[in-house]
Amino acid sequence: MHSITISLFVSLIAATLRLSTPIIFAALGGVISERSGVVNIGLEGIMIAGAFFAVLGSYLTQNAWVGILFAILAGMGIALIHAVLSINLRADQTISGVSINIFSAALMSFLLFKIFAREGQTDGVTQLSYPKEFFKSIPFIGNLLAELNWFVFIAFILAILLHLMLYYTPLGLRIRSVGEHPKAADTLGINVYKIRYLCVLLSGAFAGLGGASLSLGATNLFREGMVSGKGFIALAAMIFGNWKPFGALAASLLFGFAEAFRIVAQGFGWKVPDEVYYSFPYVLTMLMLAGFVGKTTPPAADGIPYTKGER
Amino acid sequence: MEKVIEMRGITKIFPGIIANDNVNFELRKGEIHVLLGENGAGKTTLMNILYGLYQPDKGEIYVNGKKVDIKGPSDAIALGIGMVHQHFMLVHNFTVAENIILGSEPKVGLKIDYKKAVNDVKELADKYGFKVDPNSIIEDITVGQQQKVEILKALYRGAEILILDEPTAVLTPQEIEELGQILKNLVKEGKSIILITHKLKEVMNMSDRVTIIRRGKIIDTVNTKDVDMDTLAEMMVGRKVNLVVQKDPPKVGDVVLKIENLEALDHRKLPKLKGVNLEVRAGEILGIAGVDGNGQTELVEVITGLRKATGGKVILNGQDITNKTPKEIIEAGISNIPEDRHKHGLVLKFSLIENAVLGQHDKEPFSKGILMNYNKIREYAKKLIDDFDVRTPSEEVHAGALSGGNQQKFIAAREITKDPYLLIATQPTRGLDVGAIEYIHKRLVEERDKGKAVLLVSLELDEVMALSDRIAVMYDGKIVGILDADKTNEMELGILMAGGTLKKEGEHDKQ
Repeated sequence: MHSITISLFVSLIAATLRLSTPIIFAALGGVISERSGVVNIGLEGIMIAGAFFAVLGSYLTQNAWVGILFAILAGMGIALIHAVLSINLRADQTISGVSINIFSAALMSFLLFKIFAREGQTDGVTQLSYPKEFFKSIPFIGNLLAELNWFVFIAFILAILLHLMLYYTPLGLRIRSVGEHPKAADTLGINVYKIRYLCVLLSGAFAGLGGASLSLGATNLFREGMVSGKGFIALAAMIFGNWKPFGALAASLLFGFAEAFRIVAQGFGWKVPDEVYYSFPYVLTMLMLAGFVGKTTPPAADGIPYTKGER
Repeated sequence: MEKVIEMRGITKIFPGIIANDNVNFELRKGEIHVLLGENGAGKTTLMNILYGLYQPDKGEIYVNGKKVDIKGPSDAIALGIGMVHQHFMLVHNFTVAENIILGSEPKVGLKIDYKKAVNDVKELADKYGFKVDPNSIIEDITVGQQQKVEILKALYRGAEILILDEPTAVLTPQEIEELGQILKNLVKEGKSIILITHKLKEVMNMSDRVTIIRRGKIIDTVNTKDVDMDTLAEMMVGRKVNLVVQKDPPKVGDVVLKIENLEALDHRKLPKLKGVNLEVRAGEILGIAGVDGNGQTELVEVITGLRKATGGKVILNGQDITNKTPKEIIEAGISNIPEDRHKHGLVLKFSLIENAVLGQHDKEPFSKGILMNYNKIREYAKKLIDDFDVRTPSEEVHAGALSGGNQQKFIAAREITKDPYLLIATQPTRGLDVGAIEYIHKRLVEERDKGKAVLLVSLELDEVMALSDRIAVMYDGKIVGILDADKTNEMELGILMAGGTLKKEGEHDKQ
């Protein structure tokens, strides 16, 4: 193979992994929330908060890891609103999620203006340091690894951990039972509300991380509109992935690939208009919708508030 | 004798209704104690309090002589109380073992010890002679097996006191007998059992003592051997009850409904009706007996146009109505008292006035052109309410505000008053009190005597046997036998319902 082809191939894979990462985080967040029976359409808004607070944390302490911690806490903070609204107050979960998206985007713009005294985007902050040179020295896959960032690894590890948790631990069994048949879980002494709170908060942490991976992983600043629908793509990935961690991971990679292909393919020099490349992710989405969605099944109690002691 | 449970002065108030009014109840060690009452009498509420699902507003509970405070199911489980709910509390896509261990999972390190789980479940099932595979998925096993899983769930948690809520509602007569044996074995082991039911026959066959509850109040607790069915019925309802449906021999006319090799798929796109053949004639009640899920629901849906037939024919008075729209089918002369009165019978948030003309709202005199004639509709609604003795403050109230019995009477009124050729009634008395049941039965028999064809589908075998002139047994998407109601019995029907075949006379000797 020509070296140019190889390097194109490597950068395509690397771009796929990098672009998938935010989607993977948020899709896993969606999986854990919906597996417990709470629809979390607010992933988009939580990602925005995560992206902003990651930069803020790094800005205040010059430490990107603190930024990540900020992102997780901010994500959980916003998710807590959704949890209270949809678990305790039994609000319509779609409406709660949509309002969180609107609220979060607006709040971050406001904070951006208040704290950084700028509009549109923040200053550049300390990024997560990544030992590019070290990875480059690894034979065979070094060139690929050097193109990534820590978030990519964290996303894959989280997918594996979530899979193990859901399918091999008592907590996972309980979470799935609460999402399928909360009353059955309740009659066995499982606290449905507690499990749902835990899962929604975790989903906030995941989506917050996803936001951080955008602002601290791909760049070193927060820009308004940088999430641009990735939370919704993550929801789609969760559905394509049939509400399973590995399924969501694979679907996210497919979306990431579509994006990466759009960018990389423009370098191929094929004689087609740019619009064709731009349409690629959407065409892929439609194909996946047509091909796979019919076969997926959401958790039976997804989106239905649980009322203890209802007659 | 030793009291394992004592409930004293339990009162539970739900908005608008006192579900339990100063109730006293006791359970002795090693007895099967039936809690008998009509639907809505407060049986399940009382037991849900004992299991910690509801908190009583007043009253005290003693377990083994000690006063306890049961805040939730986990407290009840810790006290050795297990409950098998009427609607099974099983996660449909979990395995048997997963359902049983849920909430008290055996562990190795952080992981669930599935090997131990499967072994424990197998051991427990073998000990009680239950044939259930721990690795089966719940939705793949029969309802009878699911019930055993529910019982195992309680036993796995070390239950000494077992509450079963209407356990026989979904079982064939043979399965009911088997359940009776299971319960006797459990009692032999020293367990104590509370059985909730409204079926008198089971009380007589299965229990040592009976506590009768009516409108939230305890009427009496008696030894089963000191009473008979009529006495129990009277105590349960509060007046003399006629347990037998009065009817004359049928005057059978021409075939009204003819079904030929009817096939249809279920919601999972799997074959559900596999060649149904059936005839219903004018002036007869044809009852369809069968265990839930053998295609009864789908059959009615295909006849009424709610589900597409994939093969075969439905013929009404010689006219092919297969796969016609519900509207065309209604106009052809089929009325339907549907299985689920809340989903398919009424629009609960509409007034009785509007509900009165559902399905014929676009016909004169109820509407003219694009306008509804509400004066005429209101008159009609009033007539339905009067004719069928529907108890309601006025015709203006929402259908959802009526009691189940009155809702059902209203639906029956609407469907019967349409004057159809064929009246379909699916589970027409489910969840109704004895008074309403008597009334609905009487009206169905009246329609038959007027020369209508009546197709009755019911999971209550007693109801099918009491009302029908002929009984068709449905099993696995087919009619496996049609018997004359006065020449058959529960045993025969039970065998057919379970998929068995009836031996011809005289073949018994050859066995």
